[in-house]
Amino acid sequence: MDNRAKISIKNLNFFYNDHQAIKDVSLDIKYNEIYAIFGPANSGTTTILKAINRMCDLIPGTRSEGEILLDGRDIRSPDFNITELRRRVGIVFEEPVPLPMSIFDNIAYGPRMSGIKNKAVLAERVEKSLRMAVLWDEVKDKLHSPALRLSGGQQQRLCIARILALEPEVIMLDRPCAALDPISTFQIEESLKLLKERFTIIIVPHNIQQAARVADRAGFMLMGTLVEEGDTDRMFVNPREQKTSDYITGRFG
Amino acid sequence: MNNLKEKLIGNGFFLIALSTLSVLALITVFILIEGVPIIAKVGLFNFIFGMKWAPSQGSFGIFPMIVGSVSVTAGAAILGVPTAICCSIFLTEFAPPAVSKIVRPAIQLLAGIPSVVYGFWGLTFIVPFIRNYLGGPGLSVLAGSVILAIMILPTIVSISEVSILALPRQYKEGSLALGATHWQTVRSVLLPAAKSGITTSVILGMGRAIGETMAVIMVLGNAVALPKSILDPARTLTTNIGIEMGYASGEHQQALFATGIVLLAIIMLLNSAAQIIVQRRKD
Repeated sequence: MDNRAKISIKNLNFFYNDHQAIKDVSLDIKYNEIYAIFGPANSGTTTILKAINRMCDLIPGTRSEGEILLDGRDIRSPDFNITELRRRVGIVFEEPVPLPMSIFDNIAYGPRMSGIKNKAVLAERVEKSLRMAVLWDEVKDKLHSPALRLSGGQQQRLCIARILALEPEVIMLDRPCAALDPISTFQIEESLKLLKERFTIIIVPHNIQQAARVADRAGFMLMGTLVEEGDTDRMFVNPREQKTSDYITGRFG
Repeated sequence: MNNLKEKLIGNGFFLIALSTLSVLALITVFILIEGVPIIAKVGLFNFIFGMKWAPSQGSFGIFPMIVGSVSVTAGAAILGVPTAICCSIFLTEFAPPAVSKIVRPAIQLLAGIPSVVYGFWGLTFIVPFIRNYLGGPGLSVLAGSVILAIMILPTIVSISEVSILALPRQYKEGSLALGATHWQTVRSVLLPAAKSGITTSVILGMGRAIGETMAVIMVLGNAVALPKSILDPARTLTTNIGIEMGYASGEHQQALFATGIVLLAIIMLLNSAAQIIVQRRKD
């Protein structure tokens, strides 16, 4: 594993109007690792993801302080191209909502918007992405039917596939399995383990077990602060902080 | 006791609701009784496709009026629909809240201006403008189209706006998260997704345009002839009734009712098209 930081967050503070959602968080995410950011609801986990690819810009009244470096460049600087940032750092939301178009068009959407028009290239991207998201075999015969007809688990994998089609460098997933059955969850986790060979992955898991299963390293967030971070193997067996220990043993949260 | 009261209230409202329906039925039946005999006498084909309207000589052909109605409405759609759709996109997606707070009620206000005021304004402003700069008598299909284009704006803008706002937030977020720009998102995701609502708004706007009478009478010139260009005067189905009803009697009056039947049929067709589209979206 490459030990340099792909994303480096330094002293990040984030505000929704007067409410401070993230308090002085610093953490590094390395190349080709799966990093889990976990914690109870409203502890700032989703906000971190949205800050990293600036989806939070859509919410009025937000502001941030500190640095978020992607390969050493601050994504918060005004000359950082937002569409380029979002292509490099893809996000999969908690509720998988495909766009109201065919399966093929959903996956081809990102590449098309970035200017790729060649049909052969698009078809190849679509197949490759669907294969990586372990969805190809289920949909290869109905690529041109509406994506909204897929089942919940398939829609979530479609949403992963459409991010993969961007050929991003980082993939962020916000509780990707919160609404899924155990089998779909298993399929998604398996594909994540394969994907980390090529991408850097940040996941906000919907429960602690998932963090333990898929992540190399993890950070525990509570009320906007980063309580503890480290290798998952160590952290879930032998947490340093009392709060972490309380949380993972189920004493609160 | 309470139960009886509930029942009485329920039935009372039902009766009132029924009365509005019966008014519709009454008007329809009345128009049919008055108008059908003349259509039967002249023949449906001759009535609709007849080129000559001379009630005193017994010629009842309304084709020029149908062409007039269709061309004015089409003109209004060509001018008004793109404007209205751009307007609703601006209001929902691009306008800062402070701006949309002013623009939105302003557009709604357009719906409140009496049509005679539109007509008067058209007559004193648009008609001379066309006469001086584009030629012809000024009273023309173009003048009617411009006035109607403005009059249908509020209908199309408000319904399109609602259908864009009703889209799931995730469509927009999903598209932006895939590296699309704001405009790409509007063009490739939001507009196609709101297509049925926007189509409905256009159809309802056209229904409004084809039924409009007063403003059109004042700026259209009302000549009973096929307009050869958009600068020629024309007469619509509505203005035909509006102008001649005052002195018509006998078969002439019946023919005006028959004109009303054709108008009613066109509007019903448009409205049911809109209904069907709305229904299909729900399924």
